[in-house]
Amino acid sequence: MAYAEDAEHDDLHQPRSFYAKYIWSQDHKVIAIQYSLTAIAMGLVALVLSAMMRMQIGFPGSIDMDSTAYYQAMTMHGMIMVIYLLTALFLGGFGNYLIPLMVGARDMVFPFVNMLSYWFYLLSVIVLLCSFFVPGGPTGAGWTLYPPQAITSGTPGTEWGIILMLVSLIIFIIAATMGGLNYVTTVLQARTHGMTLFRMPLTVWGIFVATILALLAFPALFVSGIMMLLDKTIGTSFFMPDMFSFGSQLEYQGGSPILFQHLFWFFGHPEVYIVALPAFGLVSDLISVHARKCIFGYRMMVWAIVAIGVLSFVVWAHHMYVSGMNPYFGFFFAVTTLVIAVPTALKVYNWTLTLWHGNIHLSVPMLFALAFIVTFLVGGLTGLFLGNVVVDIPLSDTYFVVAHFHMVMGVAPILVVFGAIYHWYPKITGRMLNDSIGKLHFWITFLGTYLIYFPMHYIGLQGMPRRYYLFEDYQFIPDSAHSLNAFITVVAILVGIAQLLFLFNLFYSAFRGKPSGGNPWRAASLEWLTPDTPPKHGNWGPSLPVVHRWAYDYGVPGQAEDFVPQTASAELAPVHEGDKNE
Amino acid sequence: MAFAVILVAIVVASVLFHFLSPWQATPLASNWGSIDTTITITFVITAIFFVLIVLFVAYSVYKFRARPGGRSKYEPENKKLEWWLIGITTVGICGLLAPGLVVYNDFVNVPAEADEFEAVGEQWRWSYRLPGADKQFGKSSVANMNVDNSLGLDLRDPAGQDDVMVSGHQLHLLLDQPVKALLRSKDVLHDFYVPEFRAKMDLIPGQITYFWFTPTVMGTFDILCAEYCGIGHYNMRGQVVVEDRESYQQWLSEQPTFAQTLTGGTVGGLIAQGEKLAASRGCLACHSIDGSSSLGPGWLDLFGREESLHDGTQAIADADYLKESITDPAAKIVAGYPAVMAAYPFSPEQLDSLVAYIQSLSSGDAPTVKE
Repeated sequence: MAYAEDAEHDDLHQPRSFYAKYIWSQDHKVIAIQYSLTAIAMGLVALVLSAMMRMQIGFPGSIDMDSTAYYQAMTMHGMIMVIYLLTALFLGGFGNYLIPLMVGARDMVFPFVNMLSYWFYLLSVIVLLCSFFVPGGPTGAGWTLYPPQAITSGTPGTEWGIILMLVSLIIFIIAATMGGLNYVTTVLQARTHGMTLFRMPLTVWGIFVATILALLAFPALFVSGIMMLLDKTIGTSFFMPDMFSFGSQLEYQGGSPILFQHLFWFFGHPEVYIVALPAFGLVSDLISVHARKCIFGYRMMVWAIVAIGVLSFVVWAHHMYVSGMNPYFGFFFAVTTLVIAVPTALKVYNWTLTLWHGNIHLSVPMLFALAFIVTFLVGGLTGLFLGNVVVDIPLSDTYFVVAHFHMVMGVAPILVVFGAIYHWYPKITGRMLNDSIGKLHFWITFLGTYLIYFPMHYIGLQGMPRRYYLFEDYQFIPDSAHSLNAFITVVAILVGIAQLLFLFNLFYSAFRGKPSGGNPWRAASLEWLTPDTPPKHGNWGPSLPVVHRWAYDYGVPGQAEDFVPQTASAELAPVHEGDKNE
Repeated sequence: MAFAVILVAIVVASVLFHFLSPWQATPLASNWGSIDTTITITFVITAIFFVLIVLFVAYSVYKFRARPGGRSKYEPENKKLEWWLIGITTVGICGLLAPGLVVYNDFVNVPAEADEFEAVGEQWRWSYRLPGADKQFGKSSVANMNVDNSLGLDLRDPAGQDDVMVSGHQLHLLLDQPVKALLRSKDVLHDFYVPEFRAKMDLIPGQITYFWFTPTVMGTFDILCAEYCGIGHYNMRGQVVVEDRESYQQWLSEQPTFAQTLTGGTVGGLIAQGEKLAASRGCLACHSIDGSSSLGPGWLDLFGREESLHDGTQAIADADYLKESITDPAAKIVAGYPAVMAAYPFSPEQLDSLVAYIQSLSSGDAPTVKE
């Protein structure tokens, strides 16, 4: 493999100054930490916004929040969580940290572009945050930014908020593209000796396919963002039809609001898998390591990731069953959407079958991984309600939808994020996170989110519409629904506060945590086999590791240890059947 | 052990919650019982997968918990088992999809005998139109919208002359008569949603959307907007009254045709002109006239009242105040209301008529308007 030989040949340029090392760093590990800390900070902003919304829903009028502020909080919460937290954290954070270490590369292939990716991301965050301080405040168009209301009066933040939102998204997409090109190229070109594609950990597969989705899907958001920006600033009519708004006819004519919805969801549905596939990959590795068992059906798992990735591009209009698009589209999109459940279900089966005859350690990362299975299962199954067009019709735009997508792409990926941080933190810092605090954090988060979102489906079934600032005087909504909303709010606030435990643990353990050694979980994959922990610049010392097997040799019969590192040669331990012909 | 027990508890609690919770679908009031059936089928099939998989995880976590010196069994794959699981899942998926698509086929095919009504959405209220005796709607467009013609009907289209322009926020429908809802928006996206009818559909400016249903239960039901449409979204209310033929005909005979609304529009005093202006320009979408809560301050007994402003000062709602609030709404914001109103550039005559109308809604001894 040409890359590996070159990488061993070339001199490594060690950064010397503090700035080159920690600020303008081109080291993928530092960039990963920069990405992660920024994303987590944004997540906290969005968490506070959700607490404010929940106060208004559960206890109307208890905080000084008018409907303008409510819709602004709703919009910013959604956009920040989906884009600036989850997408940035999985690709920019975990992708950056783990890809080079797991495939045995010294760094990303284009370190300078990688650095630029982070700084563009930070710029997009700053532009977005500026919108809190401009006249009119941030946009309150809903995170889907549907025109015409995203840019016409009657919606909060049509003065500057929407412009900053669109500009920020455009900058973010530039950042994601620069990062994404790096991840894809690194996976394809910079794997070390013996690291074939089918020896890569599923984490790398998940992030790799998710990145390809991002590179193909984000352009749809990019063009629709630019078109809407033109509609807003110079009065074009890409998405704007003839309208009579607040007593007068607007200048726009002939545009199509529904075109935006198609473009948005052509991006938006793959976006769900841009978040989910890395989570699938990470959780596969967590389960295998902590169950001390090889992942069940590795090749099927890889093909399932690829199949989900491909199918995710032909299901977008299931977000639009009641949008007024041609109703006959419903037949097609219902079929494709339910077909995607098959490879997804296979992944769930294979996670659970990995537990079967395992030697399961209920460490904190494993607890989060198992909680992910339960949460994702609920979110995935409720997806079958919403994907099946006629079942979606009564449930669309109700709290059922809110509960569904928070389960499947809010809580489930966040549980994986937590599990993965507890798992890889020792590699990043050389210290363990505190176990007791971790368990407390886990139980409150897992049980709390289940208590929030499971009952929420039922007020949606009852017909309670989402995106309502107040539910006064609607005769079909009984008092018991308001009581349930108050209960959900109380639990949500507690779960939100419990995240302080995690933050405390994160910073406390960086200085006071128990030293972990290089491989505290006794894992077989490459990132645990670095000569130094935390890994130094260049990761591997003078020569790159040589890989002889897949990353899942746990419990191999006849071995003294219950795991065989990827670097162990075939003479030391037999290579398993599926891996031999590689 | 604890973890496995909690997983089992989650399964038991979730299933019990489903059957015992007071939060269930509203009583059905339309023909779409078949949609409810598809929901029930989906609950049954998904619940089977949920219960089996979580219990399997709980059992595995308990049974295969780490033991000192324990080892896992080395089993990288089992193709046969995987294909079996794929097969079973596919059967489950077909069990969901087949009934779903059959019912959806009914949903997209409107029966030939269906009557039609039109619901028009604007920020943030509903208006309704019926096709009249000729069973045909007149053409409409945004370019025709003005004070006298708030739904923008084409004056030259003869089919539009007898169209029934429903006054007020109540739509009446005939029991057991299939209806096709034609949906049109003046400004942004909205969604016509009556929870008891199950069906819903978005309104899109620039195009006409539709869906159909048959009301099967007499009574009054809330119409909600289910597609986010700005700050007043939560308050965009309507009502639909389902009634028998006799009451329906009685109601229908009280509604004016389009032609009647036009002739009625050219006469009338200042107050009548103001009333029409308020209705056609959407003022009443945010300002109630019956004392009920609304997005902006209600107009009943407003004239001459002392209002508390959000900056802590007071202001008398006299003619000058009202005119300023219409042409420059941000100047004085009443405490407790969001500063969301757009400025309306009315002519002085129009302002006078609006003020006269608002004054007419007050009963007390208020100062008179200078005319």
